[in-house]
Amino acid sequence: MPLTEQVKQSILVANSLLPQDIDRVMSTLLSAPVDAADIYFQSSHFESWSLEGGIVKEGSHSIEHGAGVRVVSGDKTGFAYSDRIELPILLEAASNVKAIVRQGQHAQHSIQTAQNWPQLYRPLNPLSSLADQDKIDLLKRVDAETRKLDSRIEEVMVSLVAAYDNVLVANQDGSLQADVRPLVRMNVSVIMVENGRREQGSMGGGGRSDYSYFLEGDRAMDFAREAVRQAQINLQAEEAPAGNMTVVLGPGWPGILLHEAIGHGLEGDFNRKGTSAFSGRVGERVASDLCTVVDDGTLPGRRGSLSIDDEGTPTENTVLIENGILKGYMQDKLNARLMGVKPTGNGRRESYAHLPMPRMTNTYMLPGQSDPEEIIRSVKKGLYARNFGGGQVDITSGKFVFSASEAYLIENGKITRPVKGATLIGNGPDVLTKVSMVGNDMQLDSGVGTCGKEGQSVPVGVGQPTLKIDGMTVGGTSL
Amino acid sequence: MQNQDEIRRLKDVVQQLLDEAKQQGATAAEAAFSVDNGLSVSARLGDVETIEYHCDQGIGVTVYFGQKKGSASTNDVSADSLKETIKAACSIARYASEDEYAGLPDPALLATEFPDLDLNHPWDIDAEKAITLAIECENAARHFDKAISNSEGASVNSHQGTRVFGNSLGFLQGYQSSRHSISCSVLAGSGDSMQRDYWYSVARNPVLLESAQFVGEKAAKRTVARLNARSLSTRQCPVLFAPEMAAGLIGSLLGAISGTSLYRKSSFLLDSLDTQILPDFVRIHEQPLLIGGMGSASYDAEGVATNARDIVGNGILHSYILSTYSARKLGMQTTGNAGGVHNLTVESGQNDFAGMLKLLGTGLLVTELMGQGVNRVTGDYSRGASGFWVENGVIQYPVQEITIAGNLKTMLRNIVAIGSDVDLRGNIRVGSVLLEQMAIAGE
Repeated sequence: MPLTEQVKQSILVANSLLPQDIDRVMSTLLSAPVDAADIYFQSSHFESWSLEGGIVKEGSHSIEHGAGVRVVSGDKTGFAYSDRIELPILLEAASNVKAIVRQGQHAQHSIQTAQNWPQLYRPLNPLSSLADQDKIDLLKRVDAETRKLDSRIEEVMVSLVAAYDNVLVANQDGSLQADVRPLVRMNVSVIMVENGRREQGSMGGGGRSDYSYFLEGDRAMDFAREAVRQAQINLQAEEAPAGNMTVVLGPGWPGILLHEAIGHGLEGDFNRKGTSAFSGRVGERVASDLCTVVDDGTLPGRRGSLSIDDEGTPTENTVLIENGILKGYMQDKLNARLMGVKPTGNGRRESYAHLPMPRMTNTYMLPGQSDPEEIIRSVKKGLYARNFGGGQVDITSGKFVFSASEAYLIENGKITRPVKGATLIGNGPDVLTKVSMVGNDMQLDSGVGTCGKEGQSVPVGVGQPTLKIDGMTVGGTSL
Repeated sequence: MQNQDEIRRLKDVVQQLLDEAKQQGATAAEAAFSVDNGLSVSARLGDVETIEYHCDQGIGVTVYFGQKKGSASTNDVSADSLKETIKAACSIARYASEDEYAGLPDPALLATEFPDLDLNHPWDIDAEKAITLAIECENAARHFDKAISNSEGASVNSHQGTRVFGNSLGFLQGYQSSRHSISCSVLAGSGDSMQRDYWYSVARNPVLLESAQFVGEKAAKRTVARLNARSLSTRQCPVLFAPEMAAGLIGSLLGAISGTSLYRKSSFLLDSLDTQILPDFVRIHEQPLLIGGMGSASYDAEGVATNARDIVGNGILHSYILSTYSARKLGMQTTGNAGGVHNLTVESGQNDFAGMLKLLGTGLLVTELMGQGVNRVTGDYSRGASGFWVENGVIQYPVQEITIAGNLKTMLRNIVAIGSDVDLRGNIRVGSVLLEQMAIAGE
């Protein structure tokens, strides 16, 4: 496979490491009775450019590489890494980590390794996809054109970020799998002032592509216009109501609700350990029959997509909830083996210096039948939440929270006034059982999500159609 | 204890970087090199779960061509890579715009005294010993109460590092520091009524860590206390922030008076210098030179001397939190806070935690906050909370699935009392904080 050869060149050959060197490290790992072992090689290039106060005042560039060595025996893991990809260092790491393996553990067995999988993005280096001068010009053009959109704009901040990640996974069966992962992101935020009141608006997007993504169809200015629109709305927003009420969630990014309230609780590690509010509930009803939720790492070019996960397993479209019934969990190899199921391609890690664990890719709800306008019309009094900031969940109690960055009151079937500072809280295993209408307008988010778990950050995607939830607690200041 | 040979080795690399930057035409430069080594182990259900060996290093450089600036970093410290990294930074600087405020600090403000702050205490612990300790900690939690039903495990971490910083004004300094911790997280209850909580202890000197037994028992105690939590009806009531939560509240204040938020005009405390932002009994000061403190440092991320000073006195804001760049943007002088604050201390009042509960009387004690519902531009505050309902100073029952909301500007002004129950684990040292009233939303 040419891709594997390309990555071997950029990581192994560049560090004078030979194929037999990998075999030697692997033999050291396998000299104890382990269940699994892998070596993860990575080389990453990253850059960011940012504009503020009308000038491109900052840029940074970073190159990192290294290798992580792991053995797994039963539910025990030994792990070491180094930023020096050199044989003696890898051998030392290997002999250190296998100390985790004690007498009487499971015998080694070989695993099935997939040989072919679709490439979901082109192996591009986004950093070199645009001349530096053109990156600067893009930032300056967005700044100048954004300032023309509204005379109340006081400050514009624009950032451009690109990453180029080469990974190579050596598994215990001798297989070597490679992936080349481009990722770009752009963000525009504005501060607007009127009569002494100051509000912010922000929008961004990106995906596994190169900088040309932002030039297609004037995408960069679409972000800017949306940021300005949000700031304009915020300038008019009044205090949010507090209490329990019907909530309609808009399509797209509000799918962060699924990510927080449902997704984390369906990650394999928590369920193997029995620490999730969803533990042991496969086959049970956890949502109304209108709800089907998937985690799909196979969408071409999306921010949360991966051709293979960080353990070399091709990603899948995994059904988590089907017509309201819990179908399964997201798995990496370790948790899949211990739970007696197949890995689902959700084994992800922030870098070579972190251990993989089950993580989401793109998590979304499939479209339903209802016209979004009909959903709004059906609500006498409630909240329409169109955009969100971040969210958080306690996977054990199931309690979650997320903050609306754009929300409106619904009064007598009509969207009326914008409100600010609304926080939605609820209980993960409960919230989807209260979904009474699902829109036909499924949207994925624009490519801005970053998920944190146990201190590791990975890019993810979310999405959903318009949803009506009968009764959620809204935390505002207006009682 | 400082290993001068290791510091010297890193200094040589930083000097090479500065020389190379000059070679490549930079008019000024700064560079940092850090090396960290560590061990983390975790145990779950009485047996080891993971052993991780950490070994990280990184260099970062910033170069200036007149008023133009570029930065680059790498974890590859080979000679070729150092050259490439400088080249990348220089290339960015050439494309960046002229920024009249960019540049190294005023040489007169660079630190000249480097007292030993007693930050480095390597822990003589190997994986085997760390596992034993983690198991002991988790056992203490699991056997503390019959209600403990499951565990996320206990972990023991030990990290030690060296960092060196230099700039083309001739500043070149380094020091070693250590950080060790023990933590534990357990579950109680089952099915729909499961709860989880944790506790941790962290210290620069391992002998100052709370015992594994204590950490485990405290984690268990906190978890069991959360069982049978209910929601509250929507209401207004006084709120007591436990010390760990109060640190977050003070963190939001710091964000609003930090130079970057101020010059971007994205702060709810614009133009508030010399005005009353807190009740007049509140004093907040920075103590950068505390011996063994978690946030201690004699110089900041730019080499500027840190500055023991009052930030808030008698409730009046005396000083912003500034770096060289943000200070210049605001027409002021840096406060030695490039990279953040150092042992920010909120002066405590007379009451310990029990006394604070009495002062609260009837209201909400908040022990956990969730979500990012803090708007720094407007001060709007609305977050998910859990904790305890308190009546007449006595805890009645655990509470969850509620939000607390308000506006930080008024919340800060409405602080009624600050406790003496200071949490010393972080860089913000504050006791529990009682607010007169907040909006609670629930069932």
